[in-house]
Amino acid sequence: MSTNKVIHALYNDDDVLMDAVKTVKEANHHIEEVFTPFPVHGLDKLLGLPHTRLAICAFIYGLCGLSFAIWMTNYMMIEDWPQDIGGKPNFAWIYNMPAFVPIMFELTVFFAAHLMVITFYMRSRLWPFKEAENPDPRTTDDIFLMEIPVEDNEEELTALLNTTNAVEIKVIEKH
Amino acid sequence: MYQFSSKLKIGAIALMVIGLIGIIISFASAPSTEAEAAEILAHQEAAHGAHGEAHATKTIAHDETHEHADKDAHHVDTTHEKHADHHAEEGHDSGHLAHVFHQLQNRPWAAFYVALFFFTFVTVVVFAFLNIQRVAQAGWSIVLFRVMEGISGFLPYVSVIFLAFIVITAFHGNHLFVWMAEGTVDPSSPNFDPIIANKSGWLNVPRWLICSIIYLVGWNVFVYLNRKNSVLQDNASDLKHYYKNYKLGVAFLAFFIFTESMSVWDWIMGLDPHWFSTLFGWYVFATGVVSALTVIAMVTVYLKSKGYLEIVNNSHLHDLAKFMFGFSIFWTYLWFAQFMLIWYADMPEETTYFVQRFDEYKFLFLGMIPLNFILPILMLVNSDFKRIPQIVLGAGTIILIGHYIDVFVMIMPATVGDQWGFGWGEIGSVLFFLGLFIYAVFTTISKAPLIAKGNPFLHESEHFHY
Repeated sequence: MSTNKVIHALYNDDDVLMDAVKTVKEANHHIEEVFTPFPVHGLDKLLGLPHTRLAICAFIYGLCGLSFAIWMTNYMMIEDWPQDIGGKPNFAWIYNMPAFVPIMFELTVFFAAHLMVITFYMRSRLWPFKEAENPDPRTTDDIFLMEIPVEDNEEELTALLNTTNAVEIKVIEKH
Repeated sequence: MYQFSSKLKIGAIALMVIGLIGIIISFASAPSTEAEAAEILAHQEAAHGAHGEAHATKTIAHDETHEHADKDAHHVDTTHEKHADHHAEEGHDSGHLAHVFHQLQNRPWAAFYVALFFFTFVTVVVFAFLNIQRVAQAGWSIVLFRVMEGISGFLPYVSVIFLAFIVITAFHGNHLFVWMAEGTVDPSSPNFDPIIANKSGWLNVPRWLICSIIYLVGWNVFVYLNRKNSVLQDNASDLKHYYKNYKLGVAFLAFFIFTESMSVWDWIMGLDPHWFSTLFGWYVFATGVVSALTVIAMVTVYLKSKGYLEIVNNSHLHDLAKFMFGFSIFWTYLWFAQFMLIWYADMPEETTYFVQRFDEYKFLFLGMIPLNFILPILMLVNSDFKRIPQIVLGAGTIILIGHYIDVFVMIMPATVGDQWGFGWGEIGSVLFFLGLFIYAVFTTISKAPLIAKGNPFLHESEHFHY
């Protein structure tokens, strides 16, 4: 366990990568991380990653936006400065509600979208000017990279990966 | 091959018989003279002793809002004027009686028509969805094609009834469509209506009758040819029938995009000939498509629970539920878009439509929002829930009830006014068509293998997983 060695196996096709992940998983090896240029459908399931909870956040953020919109329209248009727009009743929020629905909808989407991006950045520990963590810049172009930690089984792993149509296999000392 | 179990068949026939009895009772109990109508009215007044009281409290509530409104110097009081008009109208007692008499006479017809239109329209939209899948060369849905074809097999049955209904209506067997009445386009007649007269280029009985027949016969021809090619493709050695069906699908969708809107203008919007909405065709389509996806999902879940459709997995169900979820939002969007523009502009000729729905149908009209929007959203928003058949069935039942009510609120106000209810006619009609639906759909499904094995995309569909 003292070693920090990892194997990087590089692929140039997402289907080949998926098959390789399957093979490595079936041989009971731990996959540390997979870097892909675009989201690959079903990869999270194959890797056994836990389900994202971002959707639950989005729902809650949406509700916050909806509540904010209701409070905001009520304060602005009913309480603070009631205005007669097109002869619509302005003495109670509920009578004017249809006019506020677009605002409620937009703010729901606005809150959900922006807060979700911020949550995603925080969860992935990303911020402006952060140094990239991907081990090979080609993974941002067209190469898929699978990272497997080595535990005194370098040769066995290399042999296994050689059967998976990898375009490149290299052993790297990680710091 | 699916075997139509005798238990289900007897159930379907029982539903039809019960429904038919309900329909007959509703027709038999409709008044045939004004005297009978007066009797029914007197009966209603007596039965609803509390009715007057409720009215009284309503008035008080109104007064309170008025006081409130008076404080606001800018407030322009339009509701009050409308109310006064309404009372003046009711002042004509004998005119009112004749009016109610016509509404009571209309009621069994309207009740039958709501169910008839709902079932017909949902069936033809299922067929449209099938053709969208064909034309888009979708891969995921091939294993559901026979289910959709089976549901489309209901169209000929219901079209025969619809055609009979249309002919009866065109020859004044009922008075659902006010513009068909005698003298509406004749300036010398007391019935003369300048708005209808201006629209008589479209709103005339021969055009209405011929177009209605074209829609129904056209749709049925496409259903017949599509099914024929689909079954022939099963054992074919080449893709000839598949390509034929593709071209038919394109032709049908081109035909349907016009006839869908036009049929809805003729059959629904024509009930309120003074009113118009440019969004109406799409709005009714939204009702149809969400109900259609629900029906496909329900029949699929039923067949799967009986051990058929082995290769349909929960990803297919997930996709159907996604459509139910998405189109519920789409329906709400169109429903609200139509409402809000009319509400905001507040032009009298447009607003009357919603004023009547708020005055006489408030519970149903607003009750649709939880049924068609809030509940389906909350039940189907979770991606795991979309894969649970019980939840899909539950949400589907709510959606179907909600959209039946939607059609009810489209048809009833113009035909029966405030004389609506859920009696023998309404429930009987739904049961009758439900029984006929089960009978026709499962008969069709039992006539061909449940998997369209000739389809070149079948392999993709079998392995579909999300």
